Amino acid sequence: MGSMTIAKGINNGLRAAMERDPKVVLMGEDIGKLGGVFRVTDGLQKDFGEDRVIDTPLAEAGIVGTAIGMALRGYRPVVEIQFDGFIYPAFDHIVSQVAKMRARSLGKIKLPMVIRIPVGGGIGAVEHHSESNEAYFAHTAGLKVVCCSNAEDAYWMIQQAIESDDPVLFYEPKRRYWDKGEVDESAAPRPLLKAQVCREGTDLTLVAYGPMVKTCLQAAEAAAAEGKNLEVIDLRTLSPLDLDTVAASVEKTGRTVIVHEASTFLGMGAEIAAALQQRCFYHLEAPVLRVGGYNLPYPPSKLEEEFLPDLDRVLDAVDRSLAF
Amino acid sequence: MSDNAVASSGSTAGTSPAEDEVLAELTAPVPEVGDGGPEMIQLLTPEGQRVENTEYDEYVKDLTDEDLRGFYRDLVLIRRVDAEATALQRQGELGIWASLLGQEAAQVGSGRAMRPQDYAFPTYREHGVAWCRGVNPLNLLGLFRGVNHGGWDPNEKNFHLYTIVIGAQTLHATGYAMGIQRDGDVGTGDADRDAAVIAYFGDGATAQGDVNESFVYAAVNNAPVVFFCQNNQWAISEPNERQTRIPLYQRARGFGFPGVRVDGNDVLAVYAVTQQALNAARSGNGPTFIEAYTYRMGAHTTSDDPTKYRVSAEVEVWKHRDPIERLKSYLVHTQKADQAFFDALEKEGDELAVAVREGCLSMPDPTPDSMFDHIYVEEHPVVEAERKEFAAYHAGFEGEGSH
Ligand SMILES: Cc1ncc(C[n+]2csc(CCOP(=O)(O)OP(=O)(O)O)c2C)c(N)n1
Ligand SMILES: [Mg+2]
Repeated sequence: MGSMTIAKGINNGLRAAMERDPKVVLMGEDIGKLGGVFRVTDGLQKDFGEDRVIDTPLAEAGIVGTAIGMALRGYRPVVEIQFDGFIYPAFDHIVSQVAKMRARSLGKIKLPMVIRIPVGGGIGAVEHHSESNEAYFAHTAGLKVVCCSNAEDAYWMIQQAIESDDPVLFYEPKRRYWDKGEVDESAAPRPLLKAQVCREGTDLTLVAYGPMVKTCLQAAEAAAAEGKNLEVIDLRTLSPLDLDTVAASVEKTGRTVIVHEASTFLGMGAEIAAALQQRCFYHLEAPVLRVGGYNLPYPPSKLEEEFLPDLDRVLDAVDRSLAF
Repeated sequence: MSDNAVASSGSTAGTSPAEDEVLAELTAPVPEVGDGGPEMIQLLTPEGQRVENTEYDEYVKDLTDEDLRGFYRDLVLIRRVDAEATALQRQGELGIWASLLGQEAAQVGSGRAMRPQDYAFPTYREHGVAWCRGVNPLNLLGLFRGVNHGGWDPNEKNFHLYTIVIGAQTLHATGYAMGIQRDGDVGTGDADRDAAVIAYFGDGATAQGDVNESFVYAAVNNAPVVFFCQNNQWAISEPNERQTRIPLYQRARGFGFPGVRVDGNDVLAVYAVTQQALNAARSGNGPTFIEAYTYRMGAHTTSDDPTKYRVSAEVEVWKHRDPIERLKSYLVHTQKADQAFFDALEKEGDELAVAVREGCLSMPDPTPDSMFDHIYVEEHPVVEAERKEFAAYHAGFEGEGSH
């Protein structure tokens, strides 16, 4: 039990996985001596050596492509992509190879690999450093996509992702890396592929994941001061989606607002909204609303606060839903 | 680009190292620091002595004293701009800055070898090339201040936007060169018409698929493109050995075009080697790979903390190879520049720094709804609908006094 940042939670989780299984190897740019640009792998090369914590050449297609080969040879590679905007050179390998190899072999091979991606904006960065591209991968059958939002999940989910025999894209909310939370390293973890109700309420369900969970919890807090009782769900897994948990909540509250940094157009919210109107049609008291990034390239950092959903935009949607 | 995002995200990077780290640093063996080897082209030693070179002397023989002072002025002024930008970042006026400290000669030598009709495709560190192309330094600051993604008109000075995704621009440069070729602007013998392209990239970038593909495309098309690699020895925390096991310039041979290593801290040699390569490209003899052997004297960017991965003894060795000092010593002992010149230049540098600072501070923030501009050439219904939605949402706050 202890308080730690999300970054440290992942670091400890990686360490635990590496201690448990000698086949776990880390690959990525600057992850060795430097410990990654976010220091998530800090100290691991020193303790596990250069064969297990590999500073790769600067080539993302190469990182993921060779990780596939390592996985074929029985390893469990955990790949770090330095920033969300640099996953695209590896897109072909992820979509055409990682996602499909199991099916192509008629189940004879597996690719137990994890691709870690710091995701989202809000850190004042230059272009390509603030993207939310989870929907591309959630759209791709054959991949699992998860996203942690707090230190406890960071610690456990990374280990569960590594233990999964299927390839997992593991999103890390970079602007929350330094947020602290309690981590009980001896408790039994929640299942990886389940959403979590992280605040109970009766009036409306806020659905979020990653960096927006904190925003939604703050919104719920603010709404409570006005007598509105919001439920907040942290999706945790984006593919597969745990729609049972979401639907159960929406059947109770009758209203929902889905929040993510990614553009709303064909974003995760679109899929959830479609599913909810099928599953909860007679329970809905208002249209399912979405709050997300605009359908634009991520703007220069001076404008990112206008672009990203914030407390006000979430509360605005809550009011519109409640007023319906 | 870069980013060691730790500092900007509030961690402890940049604070002073612990005592054991200091001790480890003091007792660490001095690393072997490469000197570029015998094949490296050098016309000025680090001490500023002119070295004869039968192949390359002809490219500098027509340079006047004024030209040489001009190179010196470029080196000094761009270093000044760079230092000012670093200071502006420290004061919170820029989100991040990628310093060119130590790489001035590589950039000025190659930038000055270009003709107006040539075209440059930079990374994010080519402030010296931008300077030579006549791009206002303030344009460069916009991206780092977060008011735009670059925003200058690349065709105004034939200087493309900064490219942060490592290596991508090498393919764009090659395609642009293929266009020049198809326009017939190669090999006409008309010095004002024949054109070439320079693609800039780093040592780390040579690992990228895009860069290797650009070599293939340039070779099979015999495209008029010069691949200018600034080997500053580091790709953030990764040294050359993590990217290559052969000197980079030797890679070119495998792709089917010549490669040359030049002392990247020797502006004369860089100028000569780039002239030769550009001439070859413009006259229809295809691509050349230039490896400018240099050193990143500072951090990767202002967010980076190089004490985590390299020892200061290495930096010390490179300090003695400083590009500005060597040209200065050459100008002084050959009496091509006097004290009045250096004094005037210092004053010019101070004035430029003030202009950069003032220009930066007075740069207007973009208006919020400008993020909906310029996404498409033609009007787009989704963008316009959201622009309206955005305006209506903000109108809702008016009069509340918040916001
Ligand atoms: C495709 C891609 N991957 C990763 C990064 C993050 N990154 C920015 S700069 C850099 C190192 C570049 O090294 P090098 O090519 O040697 O150029 P230098 O910065 O030394 O000038 C990295 C890994 C990026 N910008 N783009
Ligand atoms: Mg480099």
